[in-house]
Amino acid sequence: MNGVTTVKYKEEKNKVNYTWKEFKKQKYLQIMVIPWVIWLIVFSYIPMYGIIIAFKEFQIGNGILGSPWVGFMQFKMFFNNPEFFNIMKNTLGISILKLVIGFPAPIILALLLNELTHAKFKKLVQSVSYLPHFISWVIMAGIITRILSGEGGVINELLMAIGLLQEPITFLGEPQYFWGILVLSDIWKGVGWGSIIYLAAISNVDQGMYEAAAIDGAKRFQRIWHITLPSIAPTIVILLIFSVSGILNAGFDQIYLLQNPLVLDVGEVLDTYVYKVGISQARYSYSTAVGLFKSVVGFILILITNWLAKKVSDQGIF
Amino acid sequence: MKKTIGEKIFDYVNILFMCIIIFLFIFPFWQLLMISFNDATDAMRGGIYFWPRMWTLKNYQMTLKHPLIGNAYLITILRTVIGTICSLLATGMFAYGLSKKHLVFRKVYLTLATITMFFSGGLIPTFLLIRGLGLTNNFWVYIIPSLISVWNMIIMKTFFQSLPASLEESAKIDGYNDLQIFFKIVLPTSTPIIAAIALFNGVGHWNAWFDAYIYINDANLLPLQTILMKIVAQNSAAQELMQHEQAVQGAVTPEAMKITTMMIAIGPIVLIYPFLQKYFMKGIMIGAIKE
Repeated sequence: MNGVTTVKYKEEKNKVNYTWKEFKKQKYLQIMVIPWVIWLIVFSYIPMYGIIIAFKEFQIGNGILGSPWVGFMQFKMFFNNPEFFNIMKNTLGISILKLVIGFPAPIILALLLNELTHAKFKKLVQSVSYLPHFISWVIMAGIITRILSGEGGVINELLMAIGLLQEPITFLGEPQYFWGILVLSDIWKGVGWGSIIYLAAISNVDQGMYEAAAIDGAKRFQRIWHITLPSIAPTIVILLIFSVSGILNAGFDQIYLLQNPLVLDVGEVLDTYVYKVGISQARYSYSTAVGLFKSVVGFILILITNWLAKKVSDQGIF
Repeated sequence: MKKTIGEKIFDYVNILFMCIIIFLFIFPFWQLLMISFNDATDAMRGGIYFWPRMWTLKNYQMTLKHPLIGNAYLITILRTVIGTICSLLATGMFAYGLSKKHLVFRKVYLTLATITMFFSGGLIPTFLLIRGLGLTNNFWVYIIPSLISVWNMIIMKTFFQSLPASLEESAKIDGYNDLQIFFKIVLPTSTPIIAAIALFNGVGHWNAWFDAYIYINDANLLPLQTILMKIVAQNSAAQELMQHEQAVQGAVTPEAMKITTMMIAIGPIVLIYPFLQKYFMKGIMIGAIKE
């Protein structure tokens, strides 16, 4: 979401003196920077190099270099795995649902918040709606499990009290509810925080336009539709690109913590699968291949959406 | 402007909608808080929604006294404090250096940093690296691998670039070197961004569970969230916790202990966050699209 800033430094064309003298002159600055460049190399670039084990049969004793090459065997194994289709279906299904329902939610909240005239009340709603963003999925999962529990969960008690249910349902144990629970709880956790950026964009809209529109007799909805929405469209497009590129990230923490054997059939996604085969079963090469497949598809998606966004609206992140 | 009837209805519906939102966002937390203040065996009867039936602080006494949880709380606090300070210093120094356009190799450094925002080694290569470095079962695995977030670095860099140059120039004339300028002048004048990044880092450390889950076996090094994760996800762990201390049994149920642990894990965040709100708003704005 913050990535746009990175584009800027391309334009900063300054003449830099690449001399040893200059380097020594700024030794304190270099001392402040170089350790973290080394840190980046160790903690980001060495793992990138480690990706080659996806094309090997990694054996711990032999190390990365000494392990034998196997080409695309790990990938083929994944594509031929009977679970492949199911995992892809779940990953895409959950992500697309989250995108279609979850993406507009903060925009709608921001538009509605903007229509609140009472400043203190607006502040209160905002503060309350950010709160879940700061709370871990571990705790959120604990709360969700409890609310939906068949034994004394609030939802069950409420539904039974108004006569909609005769017997309590263990919602988290029913495959048909699992995706819905994921999408709703994702919105619950993220909608307030997501709305901040849109509210910021809305606050930058020229107030004169609203006044002019009001004089022309534009109604509330017309003003939202014809002024506010177009004004924040660039923000929407950029955030949409980021969301689409993350479409294979269905959300590890949330799904892993809410999963249980009863819903595994609809709840296993790429990330949870990578974790399970990689860490729990120690199939390092296979798991890395699955992870790499995910990254490559994600990267292609970001390129495509970026290209599309540029075509449609002249907006892009690079 | 006079409001039409339609607009007035819209206003009321909007306010009502917001009230529902407030309820949906507060009630689940509130109910658990009330259960945590209620006698554990009585709470099993259910029906506690807005207020405890039998007030007690016993759940909290027992939970905090529990050797595993008390220790985990300490680890979480340590990790959050040390991790946040270290991250801030590392990210701040890196960002400050890169904010200087005359820095030799600046482009190389920036490119190296930017690439990591789009590519990463993924779970297993990182796992193998951490293991290779001997960081497993080591407290520093919480601190070192998460020292720098390139996102945060870029946000800080943007902020530093917006500081008036005269401030640093006068310090240079006084004979300060870049390190001194950073610590004595730049850091003290950058409170909003420091507070925002500190909050993000702090919350990240406070809420982290996965690193401990895969890298730590020693129960004495586990943070609260990881223990909680084991209790929440694998319900049997709650029973195990109970057996850990026999004296607890009878007074507190596993469920009450779970809920109370959740409450003590949320507590500090809820208490701190109203005070820092204006800062994180500012932080996210600086990093935001407009720039």
